[in-house]
Amino acid sequence: MVENQNVIGTEEVPIITLGDAGVSFGPVQALKGACLSIMAGECIGVVGHNGAGKSTLVNVINGRLTPTSGDVSYDGAQSVADFRNAQRARESGIRSVFQELSLCPNLTVLENYRIPYRNMPIKGWRKNAASAVLASLDAVFPDHGIDPYSVVADLPIADRQMVEIAIAFARRDIDARLVILDEPTSSLDGAIADQLLAYIKKFCASGGSIIFISHMMGEIFDVASRIVVLKDGTIIENDAAQNFTRDGLVDAMGHVAPDDQTRGADTKRRDFGDEVLRMENGLNACQGEVVGLAGLAGHGQAEALAKCFLERTSDWSASRNPAVVFVAGDRSRDGVMPLWSIMRNLTLQTLVEFSRTFLVDRKAEQNIARTWHEKIGIKTDDLNNPILSLSGGNQQKVLFSRALASSAPIVIMDDPMRGVDVGTKKEVYRMIRSEAEKGRTFLWYSTETDEILECDRVFVFRDSEITAELKGDEITEENMLRASFEMQEAGE
Amino acid sequence: MNRDHLRILLPVLSLGILLAAVFYMQPRAMSYFGLNLLFNLAVPVALATIAQMMILMVNDIDLSIGTFVSFCACVTATFVQTDPLIGYGILFAAILVYAGMGAIIYARGLPAIVVTLGMSFFWSGMAVLVLPSPGGSAPDWLRTLMTAKTPFLPVAIIAPIVIAVVMHYFIKRSSLGVLLRGVGGNEQAIERSGWSVMGLKAFAYGVAALFCVLSGMALVGLATSADANIALRYTLLSIAGVILGGGEFTGGRVSPIGAVIGALTLTLAASFLSFLHLSPDWQIGAQGAILIIVLAVRLVFTRREALI
Repeated sequence: MVENQNVIGTEEVPIITLGDAGVSFGPVQALKGACLSIMAGECIGVVGHNGAGKSTLVNVINGRLTPTSGDVSYDGAQSVADFRNAQRARESGIRSVFQELSLCPNLTVLENYRIPYRNMPIKGWRKNAASAVLASLDAVFPDHGIDPYSVVADLPIADRQMVEIAIAFARRDIDARLVILDEPTSSLDGAIADQLLAYIKKFCASGGSIIFISHMMGEIFDVASRIVVLKDGTIIENDAAQNFTRDGLVDAMGHVAPDDQTRGADTKRRDFGDEVLRMENGLNACQGEVVGLAGLAGHGQAEALAKCFLERTSDWSASRNPAVVFVAGDRSRDGVMPLWSIMRNLTLQTLVEFSRTFLVDRKAEQNIARTWHEKIGIKTDDLNNPILSLSGGNQQKVLFSRALASSAPIVIMDDPMRGVDVGTKKEVYRMIRSEAEKGRTFLWYSTETDEILECDRVFVFRDSEITAELKGDEITEENMLRASFEMQEAGE
Repeated sequence: MNRDHLRILLPVLSLGILLAAVFYMQPRAMSYFGLNLLFNLAVPVALATIAQMMILMVNDIDLSIGTFVSFCACVTATFVQTDPLIGYGILFAAILVYAGMGAIIYARGLPAIVVTLGMSFFWSGMAVLVLPSPGGSAPDWLRTLMTAKTPFLPVAIIAPIVIAVVMHYFIKRSSLGVLLRGVGGNEQAIERSGWSVMGLKAFAYGVAALFCVLSGMALVGLATSADANIALRYTLLSIAGVILGGGEFTGGRVSPIGAVIGALTLTLAASFLSFLHLSPDWQIGAQGAILIIVLAVRLVFTRREALI
């Protein structure tokens, strides 16, 4: 702690320095050669599209991820990349507020203060915790009206987010010097968000540092002194905020050079059939159309798909003529049956459709499996092998065949290409195209821009609402980014 | 008055109503001796309920409590009485086994319900090995402790109060208790803050085992002998006790005071039904009915809370 005292105020030593840090998960490079150092008093705005590496960067900084290449050093200390980075980060006063709420709902506000506080003095801790949380709440959000003795589950969601932010700024044995805020204003209304922004400025003015991740351009430009733009796991821009404009930022996040231009032209511009689907929020689709749902991850796309699917299916029984089928993106959670064979996994959806009697029609089941085995090219010798013997991409092919084997006119896909290799993707795109030409409708939520560009029409989601409908030539990465990021001033 | 206070209100009310009904039917129960008779078998049940509460608190469930308490009772009635050193050694080792089980359940992501069900057969077998036929005898100090004539209030009342207060301070007030409940509430948050969830779970299981050991010893102190099947009912009684006392199966929402009251209520319900001259064949069913009524009332309460 004494060392910390020395460092605070001496602005020469960066709180953290990333030297060419990279993180890879198997073949996927989530972060490549990141060089970044953060000095006291800086507020760094971090922007980037889905999968750009924002959360990886944050997790390297707070020590939860150890870089697989390069190094990290805290307080200018000799850097050693090992598993103790989390402790070093804590000791240099780095704290995080995560995007999804990470309070314990069964505990009171003051008890939640205890959880990130490692070396809390035990004597009279309740009283101390209550006063520390209250002091911090008062400082960040004046007139908050939150009782530190209330149970978190009883608080409305905005209050919970306020509590979480206040706990991150609250006093402990090691002062907060770098606070990472990941979408901190997502549940706060304008006036409260302004209080937070004002506090961030004050905090930075007194020598603290902030990493601020947001999809609200107004907020970024309001508080950030420096802006870091991430794309495909690389820091592509890192410059003082006044050197950026809003449009410039959107351009920076997008593709530098558009690759195959030729595609779009021949596949799009077809005539579609009647409208087959319309939802309250304005989402609609015609027969034979591939409709994309775009926007930053977690802005209500998956919920919209789930609602669309559940409205059209029965809770009680499977139908012989299903109106809609679902391709899951999170394979292990709602896709594969891990103990079953490939064939059983493939025919799960169509058991009722193809078995006319009470018992499973084994012959029909095998026929379907064999047809799709050839059609979609599942790499296996024996369909009776367990599903987990396949690679991720091939498992996903099985899930696609499961859905496509059905006669359902609408296919809903919830980001189905997560962790799938490029070759498989191309095959599946082709399959989707040919099925769409035969008159099937696809609703496709994807976090990858390349996939959205394959669609005939795109709805962009932000804060669970549709902010743009793009058609034909309007479907560009730039337009999507523009619609997914809030371009207005904060608080308006 | 927050949610926790509302939660504890119902168990207190149900115990009060049941107690009033018993006193109305049998006024002589309203005495030092009567209370002791009514509640002395509640002491081991309360201890087992606290053990179950520790497990439910970390989002697991323990189906081996009944056989484990039986095993502890058998060890108490044999080794602890004849060779104290070996006896306490066995009990201590059993606590370590429990803590290890908690760590393995977390580390391997196993369902606690399956692991503890499997372990229940293990403990049952060990109990039969230790004590093949009913018998053994209680250590003298234990017998004296459980049947002590304390002034004003009988042991059967003092013991549950002590258990409830001590555990309330440990679970609800101490900073370690906050972490333990946090594991049930949001495991990820605990892990992100750098705590070892495995260590906390192992600790919770270890404390649960300690309370099972105490429960087994208390049971032998009252019954003066043991049997490999002496406490089989405790598995379900302990779960019912925690739930009756305002706890929930998931989310780290537990109340030690409520759990003890729940255990007392369940024991009292049995006596109440005897006072009604209900045939023993119907008693278990009637006990279940009481449980359903209380839980139905609680549902009405919580629904109302949600509406406000």
